[in-house]
Amino acid sequence: MRKIIKHFPSILFSLALLTPFTSHAEEPANIFYGFQMEEFEYRYGESGEELFAFDGDAFIGSDELKLRWEGDGEFDLNIEKFETLSNQLSLQTPVSDFWDIKGGVRYTSPQGPDRWYVAVGLSGLAPQWFEIDTQLYLSEKGKLSADLDVEYSVLLTNYLTLTPSATVDVAFSSDREIGVGSGVNSVEAGLRLSYDVWDRIFSPYVGVVYERKFGQTANFVEAEGESADIWYAVIGAKLMF
Amino acid sequence: MRKSLMRVFSLGLMASMSTALLPVLTFAGTYNLTVDKVLIDTGDFTKEGIGYNGKSPGPILRFNEGEEVTINVTNNLEETTSIHWHGLILPYQMDGVPKISYPGIEPGETFTYKFPIVQTGTYWFHSHSGFQEPDGAYGSIVIDPKKRKPFRFDRDYVVQFTDKHPHSGKRIMRNLKMASDYYNRQQQTLGDFLSDVNKNGFEATVSDRLDWGSMRMMATDVEDVQGFTPLINGKGPEQNWTGIFNPKERVLLRLINSSAMTYFDVRIPGLKMTVVASDGNYVQPVTVDELRIGVAETYDVLVRPKDDKAYTIFGASMGQTAYARGTLAPRDGMSADIPEMSIRPLLTMADMGMDHGTMEGMDHSSMRGMGSKEDKFYAKGSGIAPTAANGGKFLSYVDLKAQKPLYKEREATREIELRLTGNMERYIWSINGVKYEDADPIKLQYGERVRFKFVNETMMTHPMHLHGMWSILDVGAGKWNPAKHTISVAPGTTVYSETEVDATGQWAFHCHLSYHADAGMFRKVVVEGGPKTASLTTTGKGVPQ
Repeated sequence: MRKIIKHFPSILFSLALLTPFTSHAEEPANIFYGFQMEEFEYRYGESGEELFAFDGDAFIGSDELKLRWEGDGEFDLNIEKFETLSNQLSLQTPVSDFWDIKGGVRYTSPQGPDRWYVAVGLSGLAPQWFEIDTQLYLSEKGKLSADLDVEYSVLLTNYLTLTPSATVDVAFSSDREIGVGSGVNSVEAGLRLSYDVWDRIFSPYVGVVYERKFGQTANFVEAEGESADIWYAVIGAKLMF
Repeated sequence: MRKSLMRVFSLGLMASMSTALLPVLTFAGTYNLTVDKVLIDTGDFTKEGIGYNGKSPGPILRFNEGEEVTINVTNNLEETTSIHWHGLILPYQMDGVPKISYPGIEPGETFTYKFPIVQTGTYWFHSHSGFQEPDGAYGSIVIDPKKRKPFRFDRDYVVQFTDKHPHSGKRIMRNLKMASDYYNRQQQTLGDFLSDVNKNGFEATVSDRLDWGSMRMMATDVEDVQGFTPLINGKGPEQNWTGIFNPKERVLLRLINSSAMTYFDVRIPGLKMTVVASDGNYVQPVTVDELRIGVAETYDVLVRPKDDKAYTIFGASMGQTAYARGTLAPRDGMSADIPEMSIRPLLTMADMGMDHGTMEGMDHSSMRGMGSKEDKFYAKGSGIAPTAANGGKFLSYVDLKAQKPLYKEREATREIELRLTGNMERYIWSINGVKYEDADPIKLQYGERVRFKFVNETMMTHPMHLHGMWSILDVGAGKWNPAKHTISVAPGTTVYSETEVDATGQWAFHCHLSYHADAGMFRKVVVEGGPKTASLTTTGKGVPQ
C-alpha cells in the first residue's frame, strides 16, 4: 500500500503530461503507457446482421499502479445504434507475480437506459498461458453482475496466431430495463486467425464468433425479434501501440 | 583510413617512448567530444540516433598510461547527457553517472572531465543517460602501457560490437512493459510442438510444455530483444567492416561488446584466437576457436593469418537470431564465406535453477550442448552453454587467469549476497527482489575486501558491472583470479567475485543489459571512509603493474 501511495503523485503527474507528449526530457522514467485493441472488427451475422465491434484498453502508470481504461461495444450497422457500449476506468495494482486487482467505475451507454457501476476485478496470466480477466459489478440500481474473459494464443508461426477466446456474463439479479435476466445470460466464443503485419502494432485477422443468450435475457432479445444465438464471420485487426 | 592513421600515430608514440629518450614523460592530452544527433545506417535500415563527434560509434580514444587526460564533452542534444568511461579507475566525480557521480551534462553545456590514466588495455565509453547508449552513444578507449606489452603484435584493431535496433531504446522499453514477449519472435509454435512430438514422443513433449506453462516462462527466452542488426565498428553484415593485414602478421583484435542486450559468440573460421587480455587486464594467454563476449566485456585476442586470403569475423548472437560480420583481409574489397548460424538454443529446467541434472526426454540443444566438457559457469544441463562450431576449444571463464595479479591475495572481510531477481512477465528486474527506485545503497567500508555472491534466480544471463573498482572473478585460481569490470552470471548459477574496496565515493553497480538496468537491476554503492577528499588528481588504487 505504501508503495502505491508513493507512486501516486508521479502517476498524476504523468496524467498531466498525457496530452503534450512532446516534452519527453523531463518525463518520469518509470511511467509507461500503452494502448491496444484486442478486437476491432466488422461482424457479419448468419441472418444478415452487420455489426462493428471493438474491445480495447489503455493504461498509464508504473509497475505498482496503473490507471486503465477499458472499453467495448457493438454497433449495429443496420439500425445505426449501439447494442452494447461500455467504458470503464480503473486503478490496477499487482497482488502476485502474475495477477493484478483493479477497482473503478464502469458506465454502459448503449441504446436504451444507461447504467453506472462500481467494478472490482482480477486479471492476469493463469498457468499454461491462459489470459484471464474477471470482474464483479454493482450497478446504481443495486444489481450485482459479473463477467469472465478467457483468451489463449496458439502460435501457428511466430507471426500467424490463432486466438480462441470466451466471455461469460452472469447476473445475480435481473435488470429488466436493460434487458438483463438473472443467471448466466450470455456467452460469446471467438476464434480469430491473425497475422502480425507491422511489429505487433497492426495484426489483421479473420475469424468466427458465436454469441448465445440464455434464460430471461434470451427471452428479452427474442421479444425484440432478434435471435438468441448467432454465428458471425468477422474481419478486423488487432492494434497495439 | 582514419583508423589506420591513428594506428600509425600511436605506433609512433610507442616508438618514441621505447627509445627511452623520454622515460618518465607525463602526457597531458586534451580531447574534445561533442554529443550529436546522427544518422546510423546499418545496411538494413537507417535510423536517427546519438553519436560522438558526428558519428556512431564515436572515436577511438587512445590514451597513454600515466597520462593526465582532459576531456571536454559538449552536449549538442536537447536533453541531458553523460559519458561513463567503462572500466576506468578514476575519481568518482569523473565516472559520469547522472545522480550518482554528478548531475549530468545539460543541453548546450560543456563538461570537462579530468583524470589520470592509471591502467592499460581496451575499454569503452558510453552515455549513462536514459537509452542514449542503445541509441548509438558509445565509443572505444585504447590505453597504451608505459612498459612493454607481454606480447608482440604488428597491428591492432578495435572490433566493437553492438546490436542496433530499428526502434529507439525508449520505445523498446515501453513495448517490453506492455508485452514482455513483444520482441521474442522465436517462441515455440505449433510446428515446433509437432516436430518435438515426432522426435521425443507425445508424452515427453506435452510434459515439457506443461512444465514451462506452469511457470509461465518461455524456453525460448534467451534474447529479450530481437530484431536488431548486429554491427561491427558501426558496419552491418552487408557493409562488412574490414581490417587489413599482411600475411604472417600478428594482429591484435580488441573485442568490445557495446550491445544493449546481446551476447555474441565470436569466431574467425580458419584462425585460432589467443586471448591475452580480458576487460583490459592481461591474462595468461589461452588459445581458443571461439569465445562468448558478454555485454560490456572486452577481450583482446591475437590472431596470425598466414595466408593471403580473407577471413570472416563472425559473431552470432547467443540466441542465434542474428550475426555480426566483418572481415580480415590482405586487401580491401575481399571477403570470405559467411558461416551458417547454429541451431537456436532453448533454456532448460537446469537454467531455471531446477536441478533435474540431466534432461529427461527433451533434448533440444543436443547439436551444440552435448559432448562438451561441463563449464561450471553454466548450470549443469544448461541449454545455453556454448560449444565451438568447429568442435574445438570454446573459451570459459575458468580459462581466465591473471598475468600479474593487481592485488595481494587475502581472505575477504565479508560476503554480500546479491540475488539477481526478476519477473519476466511484468518485465521487472531487481536485486534481492527490490528495484533500484525502492532500494537502499550498498554500503562498503574503504579498505575492506568484499566477496560478492551472485545468485541468478532468473532465466536470463546478467552481465554485472561494478563501477570504480575491480571485480576479481573467482574462477578457482586463487591469486591468479582475473580482475574484470563486468561479470556475466548465467541463469541457474552462483558466481563469486571479490572487490578490494579502494575507491571512496559513490558508484553504480548494475546489470549492463540496458533494459534490465532501467527496469531496476541496479544499485548505488557508497564507499565510506578512506582518503577524506577523493581528490581529482591523486589515485593510487588498483594500478596495473
